[in-house]
Amino acid sequence: MRVMSQVAMVMNLDKCIGCHTCSVTCKQTWTNRDGVEYVWFNNVETKPGLGYPRGYEDQDRWRGGWELDRKGKLRLRSGGRLRRLANIFANPDLPSLDDYYEPATYDFDQLVTAPAGDDVPVARPKSAITGKDMKIEWGANWDDDLAGSPEIAHLDPNLKGMADKVKMSFEQTFMFHLPRICEHCLNPACVSACPSSAMYKRVEDGIVLVDQDKCRGWRMCVSACPYKKVYINHQTGKAEKCTFCFPRIEAGMPTVCAETCVGRLRYIGIVLYDADGVEAAASVKDDSELLDAQRNIILDPFDPEVLAAARAEGIPEDWLKAAQESPIYKLIHKYKIALPLHPEYRTMPMVWYVPPLSPVLDVTEELGSDNTSADEVFHTIASLRIPMQYLASIFSAGDVDVVAGVLMKLAGMRTYMRNRTVGGKISTDIIEKIGMSGEDIEEMYRLLAIAKMSDRY
Amino acid sequence: MNASEQEGMTPLVKKLMRTRSLLPHTEVFDNTHALIETNSSEWDEFYRNRWSHDKVVRSTHGVNCTGSCAWDVYVKDGLITWEHQGTDYPTTGPDSPEYEPRGCPRGASFSWYTYSPGRVKYPYIRGVLLEMYQAAKREHSDPVDAWESLVESPLKATMYKQARGKGGFVRADWELATEMIAAAHVYTTKKYGPDRCVGFTPIPAMSMASFGVGTRFLSMIGGTLLSFYDWYADLPPASPQIWGDQTDVPESGDWWNSSYMIMWGSNIPITRTPDAHFLTETRYKGTKVVAVSPDYAENVKFADDWLAPAPGTDGALALAMGHVILAEFYRDRTVPYFEQYSKQFTDLPFLVRLEPGEDGVFTVGKFLTAADLPEAGVTGATGTRSEFRPVYLDSVTGKITVPNGTLADRWTDEGKGRWNLDLEGQDPVLSLYEDSFEGVASRGVEVVLPRFDEGETEGGTVMNRGVPAVDVAGITVTTVYDLMLANYGVGRDGLPGQWALGYDDASVVGTPAWQEEMSGVPQEQCARIAREFARNAELTQGRSMIVMGAGTNHWYHSDTIYRTFISLLTLTGCQGKNGGGWAHYVGQEKARPVTGQQHMSFALDWQRPTRHMAGTAFWYVATDQWRYDGFDAAELMSPASGKRLGRTSFADCLAQAQRLGWTPGHPGFDRNPLQICDEAAALGQPVADYVVDQLREGKLKFAIEDPDAPENFPRVLTLWRSNLIGNSAKGNEYFLRHLLGTTDAVRGMETPHEMRPKDITWRENAARGKLDLLTTIDFRMTGSALFSDIVLPAATWYEKQDLSTTDMHPFVHALNAAITPAWESRTDYDAFLVIADKVSEMSKVHLGTRTDVVAAPLTHDTPDEMAQPHGVVQDWKTGEVDPIPGVTMPRLVTIERDYTKIGEKMRAVGPLISTAGTTVKGVTIVPESAIEHLAKLNGVQREGVAKGRPRLESAYHFCEAILALSGATNGEVSVAGFKELEKRVGKKMHDLAEENEERKITFAQALSGPQPVFTTYEWSGSEKGGRRYSPFTINLEKEKPWHTITGRQHYFVDHDWMQALGEQLPVYRPPLDMARHYGDQGFTDGKGTGVTVRYLTPHSKWSIHSQYQDNPYMLGLSRGGPVIWMSVEDAAEAGIKDNEWIEAVNRNGVVTCRAVVSHRMPQGTAYMYHSKDRNIDVPKTETSGKRGGIHNALTMIMMKPSHFLGGYGQFTYAFNYYGPTGNQRDELTVIRRRSQEVQY
Repeated sequence: MRVMSQVAMVMNLDKCIGCHTCSVTCKQTWTNRDGVEYVWFNNVETKPGLGYPRGYEDQDRWRGGWELDRKGKLRLRSGGRLRRLANIFANPDLPSLDDYYEPATYDFDQLVTAPAGDDVPVARPKSAITGKDMKIEWGANWDDDLAGSPEIAHLDPNLKGMADKVKMSFEQTFMFHLPRICEHCLNPACVSACPSSAMYKRVEDGIVLVDQDKCRGWRMCVSACPYKKVYINHQTGKAEKCTFCFPRIEAGMPTVCAETCVGRLRYIGIVLYDADGVEAAASVKDDSELLDAQRNIILDPFDPEVLAAARAEGIPEDWLKAAQESPIYKLIHKYKIALPLHPEYRTMPMVWYVPPLSPVLDVTEELGSDNTSADEVFHTIASLRIPMQYLASIFSAGDVDVVAGVLMKLAGMRTYMRNRTVGGKISTDIIEKIGMSGEDIEEMYRLLAIAKMSDRY
Repeated sequence: MNASEQEGMTPLVKKLMRTRSLLPHTEVFDNTHALIETNSSEWDEFYRNRWSHDKVVRSTHGVNCTGSCAWDVYVKDGLITWEHQGTDYPTTGPDSPEYEPRGCPRGASFSWYTYSPGRVKYPYIRGVLLEMYQAAKREHSDPVDAWESLVESPLKATMYKQARGKGGFVRADWELATEMIAAAHVYTTKKYGPDRCVGFTPIPAMSMASFGVGTRFLSMIGGTLLSFYDWYADLPPASPQIWGDQTDVPESGDWWNSSYMIMWGSNIPITRTPDAHFLTETRYKGTKVVAVSPDYAENVKFADDWLAPAPGTDGALALAMGHVILAEFYRDRTVPYFEQYSKQFTDLPFLVRLEPGEDGVFTVGKFLTAADLPEAGVTGATGTRSEFRPVYLDSVTGKITVPNGTLADRWTDEGKGRWNLDLEGQDPVLSLYEDSFEGVASRGVEVVLPRFDEGETEGGTVMNRGVPAVDVAGITVTTVYDLMLANYGVGRDGLPGQWALGYDDASVVGTPAWQEEMSGVPQEQCARIAREFARNAELTQGRSMIVMGAGTNHWYHSDTIYRTFISLLTLTGCQGKNGGGWAHYVGQEKARPVTGQQHMSFALDWQRPTRHMAGTAFWYVATDQWRYDGFDAAELMSPASGKRLGRTSFADCLAQAQRLGWTPGHPGFDRNPLQICDEAAALGQPVADYVVDQLREGKLKFAIEDPDAPENFPRVLTLWRSNLIGNSAKGNEYFLRHLLGTTDAVRGMETPHEMRPKDITWRENAARGKLDLLTTIDFRMTGSALFSDIVLPAATWYEKQDLSTTDMHPFVHALNAAITPAWESRTDYDAFLVIADKVSEMSKVHLGTRTDVVAAPLTHDTPDEMAQPHGVVQDWKTGEVDPIPGVTMPRLVTIERDYTKIGEKMRAVGPLISTAGTTVKGVTIVPESAIEHLAKLNGVQREGVAKGRPRLESAYHFCEAILALSGATNGEVSVAGFKELEKRVGKKMHDLAEENEERKITFAQALSGPQPVFTTYEWSGSEKGGRRYSPFTINLEKEKPWHTITGRQHYFVDHDWMQALGEQLPVYRPPLDMARHYGDQGFTDGKGTGVTVRYLTPHSKWSIHSQYQDNPYMLGLSRGGPVIWMSVEDAAEAGIKDNEWIEAVNRNGVVTCRAVVSHRMPQGTAYMYHSKDRNIDVPKTETSGKRGGIHNALTMIMMKPSHFLGGYGQFTYAFNYYGPTGNQRDELTVIRRRSQEVQY
């Protein structure tokens, strides 16, 4: 066992309001400069939808992440070292600017300087790349809130094979928002793919960075990252990516995206993991076993053996204390309501998500037959609006039971708390059904609902 | 102590910096998959440097978003770099989520404007005007004379007016630009009257000093100030109608206390972004959440149930929910909590006269009052003004009883100490059904009630229902409660009339099945939600809440929609309870330190009153939209009461309302008010007598009687903190045509002859270009700036000092200057001081000291509320009554104005406040110690007209004055106000404020971070002991009456016009039938097929009003320019694909933009999210060949007469309290695919 520490994040999608404040504050702070106009270290996507860059989750197309070879050994989907070297000057798996979008600017000064004419001055869009007039045809968030859904939404790679179940009709509308930053993976494909050894994972906190001095702009990281969270600065030709705001983290401040998250849905904390177990965990045969493998590589910070091993590695006491107080550990391990994004990419992402409950029923569903008393105000979990299979394809490599289990806990917590706050009752049946103690439910409720700043970070 | 201090620094990551240095520097850990190392190079300095900064300054945004969020503005090398949210809000306590971090993506992108290429950096004047003015100056050295020569030359005036909006700005300097502005004001005041100088600036709460400095200037010269809350259709007229209160709502932290929340027309994640987390979080506490929205809006994903009514049919849904609640929780079963609440806090037990008609069927009359009865027959709180003492039947004594707390108790001597809701042992009878009076049992009588879901006109038809009634002194009466059951169709055995057989009986108005036919919401769903809502309120004693918003408040008949909503809350005892009640969030209307804000802004420290004007009515007249009405008030009248409005055209109704003193009319008369006073003085006659004589003789007229006469034009308009022409101007193209006189795209016809006004002069050719000068002060080149004659460069929100509050949270905090105003920009404060100085200087020659006469309407929260008993319309013009100022017509107040001292007076708190005191909501105190405190903080003027008075030299001083004079921010003032109020109420109240008596919030404190306000007599909720604010908790807990006729919350209103409109009780009125009123709107030019849709303009995700829609961050995250959202079905019908160019057309104008097609839109409805200016990516249209219009190019002003009735109880005027709304949701538009080759 080799204990290492990792700074990780959990986002509670059930609280995400899709406002994109995180994207704007991140961009203002880090990427509002030449060469990275199109770059959003943090972006927010509407699901169902194509995401940014469009369709990035389609690994048949982009060949990102890892796969098992015939012997069951991990290899990059983008191919072995040889294939990557052969394609070094013409990477076939690289998204084009169109797959991101052509950023626009506007001739705002026209509004002030327009000479006397016969009509109202207007600022037209111009390409921020070429400076030429343009019609805007795609953007960083083009399909926001299901915009253009008849032509776009069904192309969502996560809907593959679900055409009969998910109809893009008014009555059955559903959506949720997915904020994304770099996953700072335990098994980062970008790092492994870099021919220049420019990418690395910091030993003290696991943040994945690009050494700007070493980067030679081969762009293998871009295609290898299945989340497409490494970008090329087209001015410098070098790769750039989310740094987990390390200058802030080092000063004891949360990341910009977390601190400015108006939905208060981001949690940051330290987890301890067994670095010796990463390869084996990423190599389990069955996709459905990946979640447990990933969970299990995260070590119990209260286990004396783990603590001893951690001390032997030189991890300081206040880090161990932080790991014990970590909201991340609780959400991933104790309550088991946080799930990794696409575990089947086998990169062992370290940004986890609580899936959205979003329990609205079909607008036209006949509920008149629902003759329950007016005191039973919540619908059953079976009638959720978001197709469970769709969530499973994003968060649990297709295992519907896993997602349903998480949502049961959230729904159970709501009913438990309603019974207590409105009726003054403790519901033992719920405690049994979701397998959590009353104390655990109340603790989880405080972490998710009251969520004071000191509990989030 | 704030939340983050209390909790300590974030423990998990705080020691990383130190630890990092302890680690081995080069370590490689490579198992071929993961490479882990500590890099020893210094490459990462780039990111560290980027993060570093020189200072962080606290400020906020002044944009009417209701956010009032604390922002940290980062400054490096003297430049603003970016902003992140401040997180140091005072704590809400250990068991509640905190307010941190408040903000949204729009606010997060604000710093871009500071250095944007579109920023207004210098003063600009349109070249053609500048040249003319300079030429005139060569002939006339006096600026006022020069201005006269220009505007009085029809040729010159037409030339520069037609050039408006067409580029050609020339850089000028402050000296010249402010000289022209001052000259225009002085000339207009002298020639046409000060009331022809107009100012429009909205929402004081978003930056009180910037608002107040300009309104203070205009107040001092006698200018007209336009209201905005009603104009924006953000005012819910139902609130004054029900509560006698403009708007008072819970802070968002109180959502946490709710256990059943309905979001009704309020898209919380979009429009209340910083508050939305309380919604997501309270769900975890077990709160049920219901969304009512016609589309799958962003908030729907947080809801347990989604009800999707057809747009504008919400009133039908709510009426049916009320049907269920009345049936199950009142008729079938008694809920003691609801019953007690109804008896003490609502008008349900009050008696209403039933007027016998033919066939023995009754119509619903007025409240029965003590004046209707012989003195011997009445007991209780009797006294003078008995027509303002409505009565109920007390079951304890069996007598007709006047309860405490009615309007007469508020304003008469004998009411002192008795204006309260103490029942004093009485038990008012709710229903006469099983009751008797003087030994005679009640009998069922048939009444006729209105219905609007059918019929040939908007006035609908009638339905017959029955109520139990008794005879009192020969008058047949019933209770409001019994009328409510009849109105909602809740039957009881033995009563006559038509009743529902069950919830599934669609033939009877009010049932769940009936509403399903209107709204499309399944009847079972309607009934279930209603039942759950009421049951939750029963279990929790009132913790059911409805968050309501613009989606349901921007309709023509929104007041009726809201009355059906609010009835659900009052029936279930939710108003005045934490976690319950109405939560209306539309507009940042709550200036918490309201007393100081109002007195400083309207210069009430120097003279009173100010020329406050109802914005919508002003624009309706000024932009000649009254000439395009396609239907009239007769169309709206219900056949149920037999009452009629006095006039039929809306313009005639308005003219009548103005002359009866109900609603303000400015400009006032068809003559300069300064000249009127001169004339009276020459005759040695009191001005008011002279005016009355002249009016009676027909020698003097109101300006509204001939809006197109040049002497009645508004002449000078100044816009600051607003974007009227690029945004809020409903009927935008009419503004361009008639007010500005430039190119427009109006497509409609003028009102047909038979519908034209009778009392108003119809000139064959309507005026074009009424305004002589339009000035905009802004930092952005908005649509308003583009059309202005002069643009002054304003400081941004990060370049000035000011105050901000909102109703969403209980803190007052500040805007602060992170940098000094860039380029030649100045703060609004400094800009208006310069203008005031110039006006003073020019006035030495042109004006001097003059007497002005202000025609002020009968005013709310004053004894004027008793001017016109029973709301009976009596018009002096037709001889029904005498014209008596302040009773049957406006008050006529003279004010002496020394125009040479305006600049001096601007700079000091005037002496009137030390004698007349401050008055807010009817409570007057003389805040002498606050003035002394202020004199120490600000210093005093050493000489001149304001010698010895506290200085107001800067915005900083102005903010201090606001804080010092208000109870919300000065504990001493609050205690004094409560003690004054106690004298009238007769109940102890100042204990609510005692905890803060020694405390004062200063501006320096506000600059440091959000400061929690104090419980105050200015508002209706208690925050004692850190309690979350919820309105009317003081009313319930201290038994303080509402500001209404009964002193209770009203279901029933009885003004003549409300009777005529059939709106005495909560009713469902469908959206206006625009297709019938306006036909196909002329879209038959053969340029392709279109689809006709409901045209809605909900608030946008990517802008706050027109701000940020031109910001590259927001453009980059959205579609990069204006769009209209359409359903898949409508797009298919018109052959439109996503992102294709389209054109939307109706009689009012034309819009061109791209389409967004989505299945979350319902068929038949299109959204153009508010608000789209014409300055970003708008090509020329195919229809007009000109630049496309803004979102309001497709709307027009539609006046509802009930919004300007007055002179009676809660129906009296106050600024932004009551007035016609600038509603815009009833419109239809035709959308078609256009050529994809667009020209700019």
